[in-house]
Amino acid sequence: MQVKVFVTPRKGILDPQGRAVEQSLKSLGFKDVTGVHLGRYIIVEVDAKSKAAASDAVKKMCDQLLANPLIEDYRFEVDDG
Amino acid sequence: MKWGVVRFPGSLDDNDALHALRDVLGQDASLLWHKDEDLNGAQCVVLPGGFSYGDYLRCGAIARFSPIMKSVARFAAEGGLVIGICNGFQILCEAHLLPGALTRNRSLSFICDSVTVRVDHTGTPFTRAARAGEILKLPIKHGEGCYVAPEQELRQMEERGQVLLRYVDANGAETDAANPNGSMRSIAGVANDRFNVFGLMPHPEHAVEKMLGGDDGLKIFQSIIESV
Repeated sequence: MQVKVFVTPRKGILDPQGRAVEQSLKSLGFKDVTGVHLGRYIIVEVDAKSKAAASDAVKKMCDQLLANPLIEDYRFEVDDG
Repeated sequence: MKWGVVRFPGSLDDNDALHALRDVLGQDASLLWHKDEDLNGAQCVVLPGGFSYGDYLRCGAIARFSPIMKSVARFAAEGGLVIGICNGFQILCEAHLLPGALTRNRSLSFICDSVTVRVDHTGTPFTRAARAGEILKLPIKHGEGCYVAPEQELRQMEERGQVLLRYVDANGAETDAANPNGSMRSIAGVANDRFNVFGLMPHPEHAVEKMLGGDDGLKIFQSIIESV
């Protein structure tokens, strides 16, 4: 099973990379841009019996390693297709 | 006194730490390999600067799972002294041995510079050789040194006196201009709530000889020696 994990900077935490990209987009003429946040996209392949089992495992992986809850938020999608 | 300096794959400042401890301070210091679990009788463990395991994912995130870090965590839980410098500080935060996290510098640039930091609390094993409010001139060289912690945690840390070093200007004032990386509350170094684990972004091991630009870093190592 494939799990797509999205890790993004926590709201309120300084995100200088996001801000730099936002400024660049604005200077390209995309004046409507009101925010950019840069994160990580991680694909985890798991051998799990069910979607729920994969979900449980990946949640633990996120809490223990893939994200740092002090500075990052995460969400994930389990793809059993 | 016996010291153990950990060498991770990517460590850069392990030899400088050994030089400071052995050649300048006459200490019994040896290298500890990241794959070993034996701390070799060290009374203080140094996690040096540089990089570790490519710093994949986040700085220090992978090093935390190395065999030696299991022993370091046990040693710290028993009250043993641990100091993490730069990447070592990042590893200690990732290992939850210190509060907070270190993120990309506000400027997005790697900074290699000399900074002034103020010693805010001297009653600790890492700062007792300094005077309260003393200003130390130390080098920094990092890309991820912006200290971040939840507001409530910061308040508690400050109440307990865990913030040992802050970036200040030459007059000892915390200013935005004197804060090189955007750290919250100008934090340059913090201890845990038991005051036996300390992490700092500046490099005391690079400031141990007047001939090479200053020896203010000795204050940190002398504090540890005095406290053992």
